[in-house]
Amino acid sequence: MASTILEMRDITKTFPGVKALSNVNLSVEEGEIHAVVGENGAGKSTLMKVLSGVYPSGTYDGEIIYRGEECHFKGIHDSERHGIVIIHQELALVPMLSIAENIFLGNEHARYGIIDWNANETRTSALLKKVGLKEDPKTLITNIGVGKQQLVEIAKALSKQVQLLILDEPTASLSEKDSQALLDLLLEFKRQGITSILISHKLNEVNRVADKVTIIRDGRTIETLIKKDIREDRIITSMVGRSLDNRFPPREPKIGETVLEVKNWSVYHPIHAERQVIKGIDIDVRKGEVVGIAGLMGAGRTEFAMSLFGRSYGRHITGEVRLKGKPIDISSVSKAVEHGIAYVTEDRKTYGLNLIDHIKHNITLANLPGVSRHSVIDDMRELAVANDYKAKTNIRSSSVYQMTGNLSGGNQQKVVLSKWLFANPEVLILDEPTRGIDVGAKYEIYTIIARLAAEGKAIIVISSEMPELLGITDRIYVMNEGRIVGEMAASDASQEKIMRAIVRGEGKKAS
Amino acid sequence: MSTESAPGPQSGVAQDLQQTPRVAVSALVTNLREYGLILALIAIMVFFQFTTSGTLFKPVNLSNLVQQNSFIIVMALGMLLVIVSGHIDLSVGSVAGFIGALAAMMMVIWPLGPLSNPLVVSIICLIVGGAIGAAQGYWIAYHRIPSFIVTLAGMLIFRGICQALLGGGSSVGPLPVGFKALSSGFIPDVIGPLTLIPPTVNAAGKTIVGSGLTLHITTLLIGLVAVLAYAYFGLRARRTRERHGYEAEPFSLFVVKTLVISVLALFLVYQFATYRGLPIVLMVMGVLIALFVFATKRMTIGRRIYAMGGNAKAAQLSGIKTERLTLMVFINMGVLSALGGLIIAARLGQAVPAAGLGSELDVIAAVFIGGASAMGGVGQVIGAVVGGFIMGVMNNGMSIMGVNVDWQQVVKGLVLLGAVVFDVYNKNKG
Repeated sequence: MASTILEMRDITKTFPGVKALSNVNLSVEEGEIHAVVGENGAGKSTLMKVLSGVYPSGTYDGEIIYRGEECHFKGIHDSERHGIVIIHQELALVPMLSIAENIFLGNEHARYGIIDWNANETRTSALLKKVGLKEDPKTLITNIGVGKQQLVEIAKALSKQVQLLILDEPTASLSEKDSQALLDLLLEFKRQGITSILISHKLNEVNRVADKVTIIRDGRTIETLIKKDIREDRIITSMVGRSLDNRFPPREPKIGETVLEVKNWSVYHPIHAERQVIKGIDIDVRKGEVVGIAGLMGAGRTEFAMSLFGRSYGRHITGEVRLKGKPIDISSVSKAVEHGIAYVTEDRKTYGLNLIDHIKHNITLANLPGVSRHSVIDDMRELAVANDYKAKTNIRSSSVYQMTGNLSGGNQQKVVLSKWLFANPEVLILDEPTRGIDVGAKYEIYTIIARLAAEGKAIIVISSEMPELLGITDRIYVMNEGRIVGEMAASDASQEKIMRAIVRGEGKKAS
Repeated sequence: MSTESAPGPQSGVAQDLQQTPRVAVSALVTNLREYGLILALIAIMVFFQFTTSGTLFKPVNLSNLVQQNSFIIVMALGMLLVIVSGHIDLSVGSVAGFIGALAAMMMVIWPLGPLSNPLVVSIICLIVGGAIGAAQGYWIAYHRIPSFIVTLAGMLIFRGICQALLGGGSSVGPLPVGFKALSSGFIPDVIGPLTLIPPTVNAAGKTIVGSGLTLHITTLLIGLVAVLAYAYFGLRARRTRERHGYEAEPFSLFVVKTLVISVLALFLVYQFATYRGLPIVLMVMGVLIALFVFATKRMTIGRRIYAMGGNAKAAQLSGIKTERLTLMVFINMGVLSALGGLIIAARLGQAVPAAGLGSELDVIAAVFIGGASAMGGVGQVIGAVVGGFIMGVMNNGMSIMGVNVDWQQVVKGLVLLGAVVFDVYNKNKG
């Protein structure tokens, strides 16, 4: 057999409050395609960032042995010099530069700082031929599709004399045809002796090209399967196989009449007008019910929620929304808020908080009339409200005058939640409410959700963590590629069932 | 409604009271900027008082100082909101020049009959200013064209129209006396003057100007009432906060601050009272400052502007109509630019093609010296006003000292850079 090209031993990486990786082992042989699979947040991308030097040597524990030598990469340039190139999920191309300029960005054929364009373009043409892309090197990146951009990234990797190519979810935003072409290219590279690490959710792809599969869950290596053992069922079990203990507060659902109904909801991409992101979704939520939306990243869950909430995403939005049976107009955020709909964003720093202002001002922002009279804010009433919610949601801070930018993730999330609770909504859409927060804070968030449901609010929880959905919801919709591909009662659901619905796109309707 | 582990609402308060000494220190540090700014203004005033051998605080000079700089401060009020919302307006000087020209044409050249009344003309001019702000704000708010570009275009356009309106390089005037009062007038002494020391009469039977001591009683009364109101409201706000268990600022600090500001204000008012009383433009400015402090600190619209500047996306997703709010900020700026233009024209007594030329830079500098952030979301009305006065006192003091205009610019530039560097250094340290 071929020799081992890469060995990662006992990699442990800790972020403040979270252990992202603990004693992960990965061994890759020369010339193979090695797939790394796991749920969102399992630690795959973190592992690859450790390998490529994004997290430099010294910020993690464990050792990396590459071609028999222990390596301490100080940065991405360091690993690239050794022939390790990573292609991230979000492409790192400059849209207004040409293909050739992008491929040799920072690495131009130049003498005394003067670029030799002929040399660059000749080299680019050769590289593009290798990856099977028929485009003029002078074409601007912005003028070619995502699939071709992916190929440009790979050509860029080849220009760096790549020996170990790492692809992070390369087909996540590609069409079926482009994905096939990309996988064929990987197989072609394998024949040329280039080793690849493929991170993917799509088990059919893994099945097709991978020689080995390593499964990571909760920051730990579960197992590595060799070609003959690779089966979807086996992988799914390993990906999700964890026990559900008392990580969720108990609750007794009291479910009433239907509060929110969405019918045939369709949305197109805000920039690529021909791309339909949401393809005719029907969902409903009842009083006192917690409904989950499961799915992988890129399934369109956030896009769906934001398009619903005052058309904050997308265009050519069609479909009907009914609140307690009556059609409502929620074409702007203020109208949605007036109708009692609240959306708690997944990205609290970008969309949820004014980080340079304190807790008090953030909590009342969505309902300023609630603390003012004739547009004049009653400072003391505002203070009382802020303290009340600080206590209710257990925000830990020296006072409500602390800047939200200085709070931990969990406390920031509680501030965003408080803001929307004070707006007193009937329907609450929570998008990844526990992303990036520690276990203790998670339990507190779950407790708040349970309490709100008991108060009779209708709640939609979008989450990539399946145990969370199983633990706190009453009913689960499974979403994939802009469609609802499954619906099941939480009591009836399991991680395997959800994962199956996602990867096969053929969820069964459960009663 | 409460979770098992949630503490009662009082616990946060109790926690705060325990931390009072630490809070006091941190209050001093966080308010260093505010106090530092006022102290800087006082230091600069004292410095020039000495270097100009006492001319700076002479009543005549104080009136000049106010009349020369009031338009900067009036426009800085609007600019503060523009900058807090994350934008910039380069057109204010040109808009002011254009409005001055428009006002002069309406009052002096065009046969408008009763419409050429100064009051009517002023109101029309303010409306035109608002319309200009709306026209620029429309592109910025609804079409997301960067404000730098839109207002740079506006700067060129309105300077051009201003010059065209005045027929090339000529000036239009003189403007009616009633209009000039806006800048050079003083409030009438409705109560009547009090003569403490009768003026000296010379041999020819004429009084010697500046001799004797006659006080403008109305001015003194207004000053006294304003200072008492300032102290009363400050104390009342403190009391309310104390009752709720929240007071970030130690009492001693509060007393010192209130005393210093009150004494300074009373001194200035007294100086005005020994001359001809409070300038009308100072009253206009004072009312506007109070209005803007109230709007930014207490009103929902002010809060929304700060939220929009701090994080526009989050503000929008909280139901704030950010487009409309941006438009309103620029309309406000337009109206205040127009008022600035009227004040300039009234002071000069005529409209000139170069009126307000370059003043946008003074206005923007005042706001940044006052501690506003170029990133948006941060800045105080009082800061901008004090910043404006710092610029004004430096202009005035250096002029009296006979410092060359070229070097005055160098000094102003250094002060602006120093103030912002101080800010950034402070923020990084904290």
